[in-house]
Amino acid sequence: MREGGGWLSRLGVAWLWAVLAFLYAPIVVMALMSFNASPFYQLPFAFSTRWYADLWANAEIRAAALRSLVIAATTTAIATALGCAAALALFRYAFRGKALLQALLFPPIAIPWLITGTAMLIFFFGVGLGRGAPAVLIGHVALALPYVVIVVNARLASFDPTLEEAARSLGASPWMVARRVTLPWMAPGVVAGALFAFAVSFDQFVVSYFLARPGDATLPVLIYTSIRKGFTPEINAVSTIVIGVSMAALLAAARFSNFGGRR
Amino acid sequence: MAQPLGPGDARRAALLLTPAYLWLTAAVFLPLSAMLFFSLLSDAPFRGADWRFTLDNYRAFFATDVYATLLWKSLRLGLTVTALCVVIGFPCAWVLAKTIRGRAREALFLLIILPFWSNSLVRVFSWAIVLRGNGALDWLAGLFSSGDVRLGLLFTPTAVVIGLVHSYLPYVILTTYLALQAIDDTLIEAARSMGADRRTIFRRLVLPLSLPGLAAGAVLVFVPVVGSFMEPRILGGRFGAYFGTVIEDQFVAVFNWPLGAALSFILLAVVLAILSAAAPVLRRAQGAAA
Repeated sequence: MREGGGWLSRLGVAWLWAVLAFLYAPIVVMALMSFNASPFYQLPFAFSTRWYADLWANAEIRAAALRSLVIAATTTAIATALGCAAALALFRYAFRGKALLQALLFPPIAIPWLITGTAMLIFFFGVGLGRGAPAVLIGHVALALPYVVIVVNARLASFDPTLEEAARSLGASPWMVARRVTLPWMAPGVVAGALFAFAVSFDQFVVSYFLARPGDATLPVLIYTSIRKGFTPEINAVSTIVIGVSMAALLAAARFSNFGGRR
Repeated sequence: MAQPLGPGDARRAALLLTPAYLWLTAAVFLPLSAMLFFSLLSDAPFRGADWRFTLDNYRAFFATDVYATLLWKSLRLGLTVTALCVVIGFPCAWVLAKTIRGRAREALFLLIILPFWSNSLVRVFSWAIVLRGNGALDWLAGLFSSGDVRLGLLFTPTAVVIGLVHSYLPYVILTTYLALQAIDDTLIEAARSMGADRRTIFRRLVLPLSLPGLAAGAVLVFVPVVGSFMEPRILGGRFGAYFGTVIEDQFVAVFNWPLGAALSFILLAVVLAILSAAAPVLRRAQGAAA
């Protein structure tokens, strides 16, 4: 209703801004407090970077951050490779049971992570893998994989297969067709899928929480255990960095994908 | 487009699909089956412990009303958070889809979606910082009244609801926005030109057409909220016992894995019942978005 009642749409726009304030205000407050000198979050505000310096000096946090990054990077590589292959097959071939395979992508997304995480814990113990970084990695890849397939599939849906035919009829080999026609078309979807996979892994708390060994924690698990002990500005500082990294990855992903919105 | 399988194609398709689905089987589907198996055991079968098949873990759920009460509490929390998300989110989605145009819409849409994809644990922690006694909210309230204000919202059920609404609101806005965007403006124009007032247009046209998207968003909020445990732990304090936190306890504190597995499975059954009841609506929503 473009011209439907000036005051009503003005009210709506004001509502939208209020919701945006609701979404961002706590994050901004948290970030500001990480630059406040008082260890007890006391106001008035006094600028300081001591909490970031403390972070840098904290070997446990540095190790957890490195572990999180390595797991996220490995997850991204594996989930992207496997996910792109599956997406390509689901796009290209018609076969019986395809609808089932597509439906099987949704349980890892739709079932609460609490259930998936505890189930993984039980199973990994049962097969002798136990807890630790390999278990966390296997779990993260499984959670990230469906997102990659869905994002790449969405990109492929707009692909015109006559382009491949044209290339073939001009004498290109199958490898040439894949490298010069199909893959360049897929590329933005692949990049977006990879960035989603990175975000899913880097931000994953619930599944990591059940699968990580104490002393072998990822960054979110370490943040959670620290929060349970009490709030410190150091947690604000590391949280600010974490949210900065994941927002940067997602803004990059947004350049390559439209998050399901038509634009 | 998908082509029927030629002779070599079946092998190629299998080669491309097998790694991904093998991984999902090993990391999701087998574990879920293992959990069902585990929930029927008397004891965790590790380190040579004695175990036998039993329904005791499920009987435990019905033996006392502790678990049922907590499950009901979690379901109520899910309903509250979902209702709030729908009421707050629908006007946003409407404004985004029908009032704002062009690049401003793109930017605002991204701003709404961005927090949703960023770290949920950190966002919940940020509310703890805002709501804590003598925190940012108390300070803000103090500006508008005289004296020392203590709202004392942290470690209350209200704090849990606020944190969860903050976590899941973007979901409802996203799905509703997609449904609203699919409504042709000329349809609304036509209804108006035939004399329908604003309320009639909303009730007879906009609401029915956006319902699939709204319902999809509601399900996507309700399911994870019923299974939430981290948000109640951080924001709920001593009011923070829910069905999810009891399951967490069985695995990380009490170490009664078979009971934890049974409780997880009961939660999964509830979730699956809700998802399958909503499946027709979800399919329609997917169709509208595609």
